[in-house]
Amino acid sequence: MIEGQIPIEEYETGNTKHKWNLDKIKKAHHKVLEYKYKKGKVEKGFANRTLYINLSTGEIKEKKVTDEMKKLFTGGRGFGLKLLWDSIKPSTRWDSIENELLITTGPLCGTTQYAGSGKSLCLTVSPSTDIICDSNVGGFFGPYLKFAGFDAIEIQGKAKHDVVIIVDGEQGKIIVETAPLEETNSHVLSEQLTYMYASEDTDKSRQKISVVSSGKSAENSYWGCLNFSFYDIRRKVCRMKQAGRGGLGSVLRNKNIKAIVAKVENFDGMANNPDDVKKILNVGTKLHREIRDLDREQCNMRAVGTVHLVEIMDEYDLLPCENYRFGSFPKAPKIYSPKFFEHFTKIIPDGCWHGCTMACAKTVDGFEVKTGPYKGQKVTVDGPEYETCGCGSNISLWDPKKILEFNFYCDTYGLDTISTGTGIAYYMEMYEYCILNKERCDGIELCFGNFEAVMEFIHRMAKGDKGEFVKVAAKGIRRVKEWIKEKGWGDPYLIEECGMESKGLEYSEYVTKESLAMQGGYGLTLKGPQHDEAWLIFMDMVNNQIPTFEDKAEALHYFPMWRTWFGLNGLCKLPWNDIEPANNAETDEPAKVPEHVQNYVEYQNGVTGWNVDKEELILQSERCYNWQRAMNVWMGRGRRKDDWIPYRSMGPVTEVEYMSRKDRYDKQLLENVGLKEKDTEKMSTNEKVKTLYDWKQDQYQKLADAVYYRRGWTPNGVPTPQKMKKLGFTDKKMLNMLQKKIDEDEKNGLNKWGGTYKKGEKPPSIDPKYWEKW
Amino acid sequence: MEKKSSVPKTVKVLKFHPEKCDGCKTCERACSQVHFKTDEGGEKSAIRILKDKNGKYKMHVCDQRGVCLDMCPVGALTRNKKGTVILNKKVCIGCQACVAFCPIGAMRKSDARIEPFKCISCGACVRACPNDALELVEVTIKGIKEVVYYKQGAEK
Repeated sequence: MIEGQIPIEEYETGNTKHKWNLDKIKKAHHKVLEYKYKKGKVEKGFANRTLYINLSTGEIKEKKVTDEMKKLFTGGRGFGLKLLWDSIKPSTRWDSIENELLITTGPLCGTTQYAGSGKSLCLTVSPSTDIICDSNVGGFFGPYLKFAGFDAIEIQGKAKHDVVIIVDGEQGKIIVETAPLEETNSHVLSEQLTYMYASEDTDKSRQKISVVSSGKSAENSYWGCLNFSFYDIRRKVCRMKQAGRGGLGSVLRNKNIKAIVAKVENFDGMANNPDDVKKILNVGTKLHREIRDLDREQCNMRAVGTVHLVEIMDEYDLLPCENYRFGSFPKAPKIYSPKFFEHFTKIIPDGCWHGCTMACAKTVDGFEVKTGPYKGQKVTVDGPEYETCGCGSNISLWDPKKILEFNFYCDTYGLDTISTGTGIAYYMEMYEYCILNKERCDGIELCFGNFEAVMEFIHRMAKGDKGEFVKVAAKGIRRVKEWIKEKGWGDPYLIEECGMESKGLEYSEYVTKESLAMQGGYGLTLKGPQHDEAWLIFMDMVNNQIPTFEDKAEALHYFPMWRTWFGLNGLCKLPWNDIEPANNAETDEPAKVPEHVQNYVEYQNGVTGWNVDKEELILQSERCYNWQRAMNVWMGRGRRKDDWIPYRSMGPVTEVEYMSRKDRYDKQLLENVGLKEKDTEKMSTNEKVKTLYDWKQDQYQKLADAVYYRRGWTPNGVPTPQKMKKLGFTDKKMLNMLQKKIDEDEKNGLNKWGGTYKKGEKPPSIDPKYWEKW
Repeated sequence: MEKKSSVPKTVKVLKFHPEKCDGCKTCERACSQVHFKTDEGGEKSAIRILKDKNGKYKMHVCDQRGVCLDMCPVGALTRNKKGTVILNKKVCIGCQACVAFCPIGAMRKSDARIEPFKCISCGACVRACPNDALELVEVTIKGIKEVVYYKQGAEK
């Protein structure tokens, strides 16, 4: 084990060392496109231009970022939405030639004085959902892209052969060249390219390179993720962070891009050229000190990263076990954070961007791979994070080493661990019910806990296996549901309600059965069931702070807006509430962490020179949030039916689940549904399951009613033109489109509330067309 | 696992003799001359002389324990051949992690620039002190070295 204070040159990971013939690999490159640009300076957080590359037509150009664009879309994900709106069509699908892959930064991205300031926001039309997905990711690429001269990179079209795209901030050049000989898998590819494009053979030079890549599985799956590299000068390894959700890696490989490389000439703590660095230093150093003094007592991020959540989730019955059937499991302590702590390398500055003292990016170094093409090699595994451990419990892997192997291969093959884990968990449950079996699964015995089968499935995806199951399964739960139903292999209720996907995207790893607000947090989202919009379980279920539909709707307005804000600026959410000031509990609204919100006000003003307050921050988000929902509507989704969630996320689908928490559900039948004890005594478990089902479904529809109303949408979930105008939008194409869609809904009788309101209960507004009076 | 290398075993640290100090702060002015080419002292000095409640003088300065070494994301902080913890301004990216995590607040930050500064055991203050209240003494690094990581382990 490594002691501290080792000179940087002497750190050893014990990894297998590679020797590449880089000259040969480089000589095989053939230049396809080259574009020279004038190197610029970042002013108050903005490079003030974006980069457009069309791989089909060969066009490369710069687009100006106007003040109007900053005013309406702020930056980051907002810019991404604006650029997509200008470039795609409502019929665009993930593999359409006009689909784009965007990597955006945001005005605060690349700051070194405030923890968590190196995030990139990636957008595309997702293969899983057919609408826009956005995914945020650490690593050096975002900051380097901006310091090389661009607030965003926008790639349209498809290359004929595998290419790498180089954004060379040293030379002021964009180069696209073929790359036939490099490996595709990320942990090798990012190392090869980092060594190839570094100006000198030094760690310092390699640290100025960041590579975005995916892997072999992304070519054959809808679960493809993007790996963003960051060179670790201590470990001497290209470490990686993942933009996991929504199939961004699948789009990258579909465009025949092997990698995108960003290179900076130089950068320092003032590279963002902030308006008033003192403002940032004040709040930044204050936050560093909070982390120093309080992290160990709060989240312990600096020691174990997000894995500290495993034991908490297990304790509160929220850790997904065996495809979300259960929220805790007797074997769970085997994957609690101390078990991973034993494997983690103890090196301190584990931030995925400089200056992040949360340092949650832990690694296991010298990990010996047990299966597949890299068997026997020793590698660095980045992670696991909580979500990946949650996949472990979901597929019943109760061994840190197995979870590490799963994590390593998902990353290097370019697979999103969350979708892969949640997907496999569903297939395993179907296997248990004999809806799937060995023959139907192309010979893979996908039963809970079968580690060898999990790895075999992943390796076969990477190889491009032509088996019917492997091919469908690689596209995710939604497609497998259709496939099984088509084959007529089982009860459609089980097939539909057990599979944890909504909008076509797999759930992330929390059990939401007992928190209605959190069901909304997953279901009433833009891109699909992902906890980055809202995490309300404790507020709702444990602390009972939001009892009414109105309260829940307010939370489902504020928190998604607030959390969206990080993505507009290129920030990480963790330093907001995974560290709290010592006196936070005594404030008016502890869940909002008011002091940190004020930090962000100072921070944004300090960089941009704007003069905003905390209300304006929410407004910035609200504009982009509504714009994205409106784009979903434009693409034929974004209505109440699309906010459907599987019943597994609301309550017990099966009798086994009911019986496993019998007291809880019996109590709900009496206290919430309003049955009498003498009625329930006569009921069979099956009848109880059904009664609870009807009640919970209605609760969810009532929640949707309240939330749509709070957000200023129609009862069918469409942002109204009136709302958009209030937010400052005047784009005629957008406003007319929304009015047209609302009129269509009206014709089809869809502009009505979804809940069943009995005597004494009221919908959010008597007039379902309340917005017309605005 | 100590490796064979030129890792220094000892380091010079400042020792203070409060009974000799008269609070003239000549040392601070000498120090700010080293770091900022000014004799303002105070915020621009790595060594600070403070008066405690009882009217006694105290020295506040880096003791070279090196917690900051493991904090720097870019490797701007190292021990030099003499064992002194030094900051390379050209490499530093001004993240302030070392400033905030120094357990005694001896990594300093002045408004003059974004990169912090600290005592480099150069002896300018020792030479400047008219009363011989300061001296540089050699101590073993093993004896003072401090690593924060293990103390923040998962076991609570």
